[in-house]
Amino acid sequence: MYGTHNVKSEGRSIGTSFSHYPPSVFRTTLSWRFIPVLVAVLVLIPVGTVILSFLTPTGDVWQHLVETILPSLLINTFWLALGVSVSSALLGVSLAWFTAVCDFPGRKIFSWGLMLPLAIPAYVMAFVTLGLFDFTGPIQTSLRSWLGPELFWFPNVRGRLGVIIVMTLAFYPYVYLLARNAFLTQGKRSLEAAQSLGLNRTQGFLKVALPMARPWIASGVMLVLMETLADFGTVAVFNYDTFTTAIYKAWFSMFSLSAASQLASLLIVIAFVLIVMEQKFRSRMRYAETKQSSRVARISLTGWRAWAVAGFASATLFFAFLLPTTQLIIWATHNFVEEFNQLYLSFLWHSLILSGLASILICSVAVLLVYSARRHPDIVTRVAVRVATIGYALPGVVLAVGIFVPLAWLDNWLREMAMQLFHIETGFLIQGTLAAMLIAYMTRFLAVGHYPIDSAMQRITFSIDEASMGLGLNGWNMLKRVHLPILKGGIYTAVTLVFVDVMKEMPITLMTRPFGWDTLAVRIFEMTSEGEWEQAALPAVALVLAGLIPIVLFTHQAEK
Amino acid sequence: MDTPLLELTNIYQAYGDQIVVNNLSLALKKGVIGCLLGPSACGKTTVLRCIAGFEPITAGEIFLNGVKVNSSGFSLQPEQRHIGMVFQDFALFPHLTVAANIDFGLHRMHHTERALRVTEMLQIVGLADVTNNYPHELSGGQQQRVALARALAPRPDLLLLDEPFSNLDVNLRERLSLEVRDILKSQGATAILVTHDQNEAFAIADEIGVMHHGEITQWDTAYNLYHRPSSRFVANFVGQGVFLSGRVLDSRHVEIELGILTADISHQCASDCRVCGEGCYVDVLIRPDDIVHDDASSLQAQIIHKAFRGAKILYTLRLPGGSIALSLVPSHHNHAVGENIGIKLEVDHVVAFSQIAP
Repeated sequence: MYGTHNVKSEGRSIGTSFSHYPPSVFRTTLSWRFIPVLVAVLVLIPVGTVILSFLTPTGDVWQHLVETILPSLLINTFWLALGVSVSSALLGVSLAWFTAVCDFPGRKIFSWGLMLPLAIPAYVMAFVTLGLFDFTGPIQTSLRSWLGPELFWFPNVRGRLGVIIVMTLAFYPYVYLLARNAFLTQGKRSLEAAQSLGLNRTQGFLKVALPMARPWIASGVMLVLMETLADFGTVAVFNYDTFTTAIYKAWFSMFSLSAASQLASLLIVIAFVLIVMEQKFRSRMRYAETKQSSRVARISLTGWRAWAVAGFASATLFFAFLLPTTQLIIWATHNFVEEFNQLYLSFLWHSLILSGLASILICSVAVLLVYSARRHPDIVTRVAVRVATIGYALPGVVLAVGIFVPLAWLDNWLREMAMQLFHIETGFLIQGTLAAMLIAYMTRFLAVGHYPIDSAMQRITFSIDEASMGLGLNGWNMLKRVHLPILKGGIYTAVTLVFVDVMKEMPITLMTRPFGWDTLAVRIFEMTSEGEWEQAALPAVALVLAGLIPIVLFTHQAEK
Repeated sequence: MDTPLLELTNIYQAYGDQIVVNNLSLALKKGVIGCLLGPSACGKTTVLRCIAGFEPITAGEIFLNGVKVNSSGFSLQPEQRHIGMVFQDFALFPHLTVAANIDFGLHRMHHTERALRVTEMLQIVGLADVTNNYPHELSGGQQQRVALARALAPRPDLLLLDEPFSNLDVNLRERLSLEVRDILKSQGATAILVTHDQNEAFAIADEIGVMHHGEITQWDTAYNLYHRPSSRFVANFVGQGVFLSGRVLDSRHVEIELGILTADISHQCASDCRVCGEGCYVDVLIRPDDIVHDDASSLQAQIIHKAFRGAKILYTLRLPGGSIALSLVPSHHNHAVGENIGIKLEVDHVVAFSQIAP
């Protein structure tokens, strides 16, 4: 979600923050300058830990990995990444084109409805699909009884193709939203220009609209790739081994921290390649941005074309949203009496309290980051902010490993010190505490909270700061009395986004949660790993409902 | 030979029940630069987009080279019309270089011919040194030239320019508009320009149609629009001036508060007067250049505003009878606000409108 919103800002924020003269009259206070650097270091510790273990391979572990699982992991990851990105691009771009530029029956509903799949976590989509289409699922069972077992054939849903289809249905909205944004801001002007130069609409789409939208589409595909690589829940449900599941297994089943770090370090290298590529595409968007034409005349599709497009959009919406949610509701109501009990309420409570704490922490840090970047828009601060918000591109499992290792080291050191100095057995002080978990969440989701607050800050002109300085405000007072009230809207958005993202988060929660802190996502993981789809439904419904909040919020804002 | 290159006959265009173009007709000969001039939302851009084929028309017909391209229910696709268009926001393709933008519409030409044409267009618009730059690297004026070159490169039968200078700053506008006229004339292009800026229209166009409420109120040369406006709207919209109340004495004399004007009274007035007869009351258009400063004159007027225009000063005067008038005076006649100065009327041609008319 956040990635899509990032997009336009980046170009614009650069434009505004540099064209405005930096407020030179600000007195340099060290404390404000210090904040972004501190946060950046905090983010860099897990990243650095993981990279460090890549640079110092421990011979036998590495050897073992190469001989056993590594080749299949690489092949699996490669096909998954290729399949999901290509099919998400095709699905997302075509749907974006039809809803942004053409007109067909039901277009208005589809243009809104086609982003609904964002509300369903990929792992929920995964277990619902398996439950529906698996050998013992309702679809195969009823088909078998109609056709008889000898005539009946059904593709293997659990295979590679199944994972690719599920992830495509879950992640295509990233490409869809970005491409749609591109097509909408292009307006029809460029297409008209192409037509006045003798190209028909199809040629215009291929030669003008598509190349102009390329940075957006590429950026969307990058987000899809990041999500695919970071995904843990979906591949776990499908038993499809990728780096994330291998890291998790090395961590819990083999109890080999070094194997986990080795795998994580490979994954982080791939993730960094993606980050660099994404930044490159994003910086190009600025140039391709054009003014929106005032009145957009749509290409009206008629006859069979109109119905074919409507059918295509309906099919996507059906398989990506309606079918899974309907099945979830059926299962949840079916099981409601048994499942809705004290245990369920404790999962819900844990999810809410964790998401709440995380969003308060993350958004407070984000406000500090944004404010100090405004006071000191120099290169150090800018780099620090960039580094601090890099975590959204890093898989949760990697961050969990990267945070656990230094914390465990610190814990051991503290314990030894206590033993030596005071002869007390303190036990572990930090590992397995909420604090460790919250730090992990912060490294992962700081970008999500940072973006809306930052773009709200960009809209405040520097003369406001100067005016308030002229009235005798500075530092904390200015933040409290001037910026915070104006930023309120952006902060609410940030809190909502972080809240929902943390609630859906699975691997960090699984790997760093204190004993007994089971959340909805953890419950879903445990039930699905035993194949108990129906029992996973009730917690999943809560997550989907939470996921709908930001979508409704943003469509509401967009319509204003 | 006599077939106009472009002909619009009684076209209508409407969005819902809001009529945007109302029974509009015009004809344009080959090689002529026409202009639709009017305030915003008068329907001028819509007319242009109808000609280009981007908007359907509700009634009427459009002919290009004598071939019908539009009638109600039929519209030739824009890409089949051989009409070039320069858009208000230029609509340059941001993913293509200057050369590739200009080359874009040449896909029907042979390879070598294409390259030659691109080079030629780059020369003509003076952009040979930015051939491989991208649009975002160019200044507004340069982008405008690329847009023009791109539209002209395929040698369209007709070129449409939609407010082509409105995105440029004022200094550049005037210079570029003269330059664009030279380029269009050198290419023998037939063109229609849409603008709300009369200076732009005067600088570029051979013939100008003033549009109001979806209709062309007058299609004429710049000189005639200024000196012989056919309606109050045109008189008000084109140039400056005031209306002074007067009484028609006969076909060559009108009496206003500054005296009796002796001149040809334009036919509009005559036709009005035929309705109500001699002695009817009219509003006489007095342009700033109709009132001349003359220290010797016994006729005195008080200066209530002055606007320095370089070579000239535009004075706003209160006439003895209390009416307000404008006078454009060489700037060495520098007087202070509040002073009385001598004035004299020099009117060759009286433009008057019946007071009954709206």
